[in-house]
Amino acid sequence: MAKELLKGNIAMAEAAIRAGLEGYFGYPITPQTELLEWMSERMPALGRAFLQAESEVAAINMLYGAACTGARVMTSSSSPGISLMMEGLSYIAGTEVPVVIIDVVRGGPGLGNIAPSQGDYNQIVHGGGHGDYHPIVLAPASVQEAIDLVVLAFDLAEKYRTIVFVMADGNIGQMMEPAELPPMRPIKSEYPHWAVRGAMGRERRILSSIYIDPKDEEVTNYRLMQVWNQIQANEVRYREYFLEDADTVVIGFGTAGRIALSAVRAARAEGIKVGLLRPITLSPFPAPQIENLIQRVKGFLVVEMNAGQMLDDVLKVVKGRVPVEFYGRMGGMVPFPDEILAEIQRMSREDIPLDGDPRQRWMKRLAPVIHWQN
Amino acid sequence: MDTTLSAQIVYQRPQSLTEATMHYCPGCTHGIAHRLIAEVMDEMGIRERSIGVAPVGCSVFAYNYFDCDFVEAAHGRAPAMATGIKRLLPDRIVFTYQGDGDLASIGMGEIVHAAGRGENISVFFINNAIYGMTSGQMAPTTLPGQKTTSSPRGRDVETMGYPLRMAELLANLDGAGYVVRRSLHDPKNIRMAKKAIRLAFETQLRGLGFSMVELLSTCSTNWGLSPLESLKWLEEHMIPYYPIGDFKVADALKEIKL
Repeated sequence: MAKELLKGNIAMAEAAIRAGLEGYFGYPITPQTELLEWMSERMPALGRAFLQAESEVAAINMLYGAACTGARVMTSSSSPGISLMMEGLSYIAGTEVPVVIIDVVRGGPGLGNIAPSQGDYNQIVHGGGHGDYHPIVLAPASVQEAIDLVVLAFDLAEKYRTIVFVMADGNIGQMMEPAELPPMRPIKSEYPHWAVRGAMGRERRILSSIYIDPKDEEVTNYRLMQVWNQIQANEVRYREYFLEDADTVVIGFGTAGRIALSAVRAARAEGIKVGLLRPITLSPFPAPQIENLIQRVKGFLVVEMNAGQMLDDVLKVVKGRVPVEFYGRMGGMVPFPDEILAEIQRMSREDIPLDGDPRQRWMKRLAPVIHWQN
Repeated sequence: MDTTLSAQIVYQRPQSLTEATMHYCPGCTHGIAHRLIAEVMDEMGIRERSIGVAPVGCSVFAYNYFDCDFVEAAHGRAPAMATGIKRLLPDRIVFTYQGDGDLASIGMGEIVHAAGRGENISVFFINNAIYGMTSGQMAPTTLPGQKTTSSPRGRDVETMGYPLRMAELLANLDGAGYVVRRSLHDPKNIRMAKKAIRLAFETQLRGLGFSMVELLSTCSTNWGLSPLESLKWLEEHMIPYYPIGDFKVADALKEIKL
């Protein structure tokens, strides 16, 4: 198929349809609403289920029910809506049914705004719902990658009977880029051995997240952790740029990673030996790749569109062995490549301390940038 | 002349019920409600294509007792979960079984919108005017003046508001095909309840929209009454506030004679 000029939200919707989506349930929220609108036109035309729910709480529970039938199903939302879905997410995780969720992240906390942000990292990557569970979280940096990751999301969700998030941001959702959609896959004809579809000529099946005896719940938790171990061993994904001879490595995902790449290219043009590691799976986190880099780099620069949520995961790997700096913009603000370039230039000039808190140092540098008046 | 009669079975467990021993308290009418639904499933031959959605509350383990496919919803979300299943599998019979806290309090949004959409599901709503599972707190259907562990001096409508009449409320919505209230306090009413359960499933089979049977029920344990006193209390106190009746019956159902 040829490349077309596609808007991110619509490209992700169509990619899901072509991956064999059978049911979509969602609620309008900016900046992801075009995704829902596309579904409202396309899904009924294909004879598939589309429903605009009365709330995100209802949408996630409709998704939960639909997922219990073993069909390929998804929802999409943006940050405040994802917060409302946390109850259902925990139940879905506890019931071990596969779902795909697209989060087009916007500025927060609270109502915040509708500008691009990465402030949902902790809520998605590190939980949100109650109990121990780990979703897979995929972070695209372009419309093409968003398409590819949506298709992958369904395969991973079914392979591991898990929740897979595609964590985009308002930029990926709203931006138009040339991209190629995959061919239409047929709807699946066979459903898994656990699917609840009516006990025709077989024993009844029950899908539940209740294990009233704590012993059984502990065994279930152990099983979830074992699956998570497999995911960690097999599903880490990332992109490397200019890492061969880099002595400084920028780590950034999604839109922040893409902007960082522009800064890295500009720094390379000045002769600075800098590279970029762009995590594609935020969960599982590419910790082994960072561990390998520690042996040969002078320092890391973590760049995010939040106050350093992934930074904590990087610090956990680095454990003070090399200096780590942070640069972030928050609340819907997007960094310019020049801001990141200035950080790279500074790191190539100055000695960065091993101790101290990179977040505190960043706040001092950011204060004049945002015209902070104390 | 041989005077012995051959054994004849006049009463047995419906096929749609499992052999599991129910966990309900003595005097509780959940068991009657379960049995009536199962008898109707047997009579209609729909067990193998039925999918139930269990609530959170005393009937949280309903899935252990019905011999059909079942899922377990989050508190109040059964109508949303049932919607998801029904939209993916429109030719299956999908029903929820919910208590008053589940349906009329935390799940108010989900039930109203399921009814408003005319969602083709059947809802069996157990109204016993109290939270049973958490041991006797005030429900949205607790009567004015009724004492519970969270309204120890009786429900004061000035501060705690008025009980909700769910059947009347939902019957107002255009999406509702069949909405009635029945009671489980004596044999006559139990027989009427069974017919209503049948009509709820018939509503769904015919694609006539949302159906709900509200079943007035007892909670001897948390009312602090004996089973017999509970049946009397239901009749004397609940029925005046929650009248038995048909609040919405789609025209196409009126010709069905049971």
